[in-house]
Amino acid sequence: MERDTKPAVVVGAGPAGLCAAIELKRAGAPVLLMDENAKPGGQLFKQIHKFFGSQEHRAGVRGFEIGRDLLRESLDLGIDVRLDTEVVGLGPDLKVWAVEARQRSYTLEASRIILATGATENAVPFPGWTLPGVMTAGCAQTMINVHRVLPGKRVLMVGSGNVGVIVAYQLLQAGAEVAAVIEAAPALGGYGVHTAKVRRAGVPMLVRTTIVRAEGTEGVERAVIAEVDGKFQPQSGTERTLEVDTICLAVGLTPSIELASLAGCKTVYVPELGGHMPLHDEFMRSSVPAVYVVGDIAGVEEASTAMEEGRLAGIHAAYSMGYLDSGEMEKRTADTRRRLRALRQGVFGEKRFTAKERVLAEKEKECP
Amino acid sequence: MPMSPDAPDTSDRTLKTLGAPSLAELRAAGVVPSREEMAAKPCVCVECIEEIPCNPCETSCPQGALTVGQPITNLPVLDREKCTACGLCIPACPGLAVVIKSLEGDRAKIRFPWEYLPYPAKGDEVELVDRLGTPVCGGTVISVLNPVRNNRTAVVTVEFPGEYVDDVISMRRP
Repeated sequence: MERDTKPAVVVGAGPAGLCAAIELKRAGAPVLLMDENAKPGGQLFKQIHKFFGSQEHRAGVRGFEIGRDLLRESLDLGIDVRLDTEVVGLGPDLKVWAVEARQRSYTLEASRIILATGATENAVPFPGWTLPGVMTAGCAQTMINVHRVLPGKRVLMVGSGNVGVIVAYQLLQAGAEVAAVIEAAPALGGYGVHTAKVRRAGVPMLVRTTIVRAEGTEGVERAVIAEVDGKFQPQSGTERTLEVDTICLAVGLTPSIELASLAGCKTVYVPELGGHMPLHDEFMRSSVPAVYVVGDIAGVEEASTAMEEGRLAGIHAAYSMGYLDSGEMEKRTADTRRRLRALRQGVFGEKRFTAKERVLAEKEKECP
Repeated sequence: MPMSPDAPDTSDRTLKTLGAPSLAELRAAGVVPSREEMAAKPCVCVECIEEIPCNPCETSCPQGALTVGQPITNLPVLDREKCTACGLCIPACPGLAVVIKSLEGDRAKIRFPWEYLPYPAKGDEVELVDRLGTPVCGGTVISVLNPVRNNRTAVVTVEFPGEYVDDVISMRRP
């Protein structure tokens, strides 16, 4: 088989993109890894907690250490990593338009494109939400774990999914007080072991509770919260005021699909995975055969699943470019798929597994 | 009073509403050792009662006393006969859900994971808390271990009055 000499371009150097690039390079395929940030790693370097999973998923290792190892591996392999490089356009013709350091613009032709652009944090609007001190949980996590700046002394966390409770724990570790974690649903969202370690630190967790408004003049000084009814409407007479200077929003993420849309990838709406996302097959190929989607862009999950999806796409792209034979491709992806399946079990994983199956079925129907 | 393990009351299931499991919920899951067991030998308590994909406790155990098996969302099963209470599972658990408890006369000891600075020191008088973070009694720090292999999860041992052994889970941050 003739080998494609134009590079595979991986957009986004988070866990999914790094793993895709590593698998491509390992197979001997030409690869370019681009990221708009000054440093690679995506969100991994903010994750100071020990990861779940099994040993082969690197469970028990802290996220930033996984990031460090992936980075070292990509450097050892000699992958061309272009940082400060924003991919601002691409089309179905696989022409990539990149802007470097906001100064130099260039285009290049790719043989395959792997989109690992991640997701964007959601926000909820409420009176006072533009006051300084209202921020997403990811923002607070960047401040404490990357820049080592405490965003405030006393924090209200809105949202009890894993992001909310993990960041609440890390805020405690950084020296802040967490006044409460509130959740509009009748049950807390995150893993019980995460909520339990925050709760035993004395942080109240309030279900069926929402934020009504933030108050303050120069910045957040108070948060007013209230209980909600079955339709998530605040109940009058249940308002309470918490003295806080920071309000963190951990209310879900939405896949960042702009580049996939530009490339003409068909999308599907999957609320369990964060909203609109590109259709993809079992090798993470979108409806445009040369464009793959991996990690949170292909449905919001975890770093561990993102890494396996990146590997799947990297291996398959290398195969489709002529750098791996079908036997080798099957062998390498079989391991990856087994590990991926292991991560999508249990009460939390099964829902995502079922949703992903729906995406695959829809892809099969739309573009057989 | 805690419910009997045979008749778990769902109103006592607090993991998904208050954030921490109740004693009744843990008893129903079979992860709470009896006072007799804790008096006989130090007992590992794995307070992990929700199916999540995770098994470092199993791989950390040199005795093969903790089993998760396949799929890795199985809840860990402890074989108390095989367990030597070496404590390697305490820092291995990413969920900080493992403690070791023992009883000696009217005194109890707990070994628990600790990831806050400053670390306590041997001899410190500390306040011990229950699963909801409510202070329940005072205790004396016996040791603080933080070898490299713990990867920054210290293991703190505290001695305290034995009557609180079921409720105590950690200490209050200083």
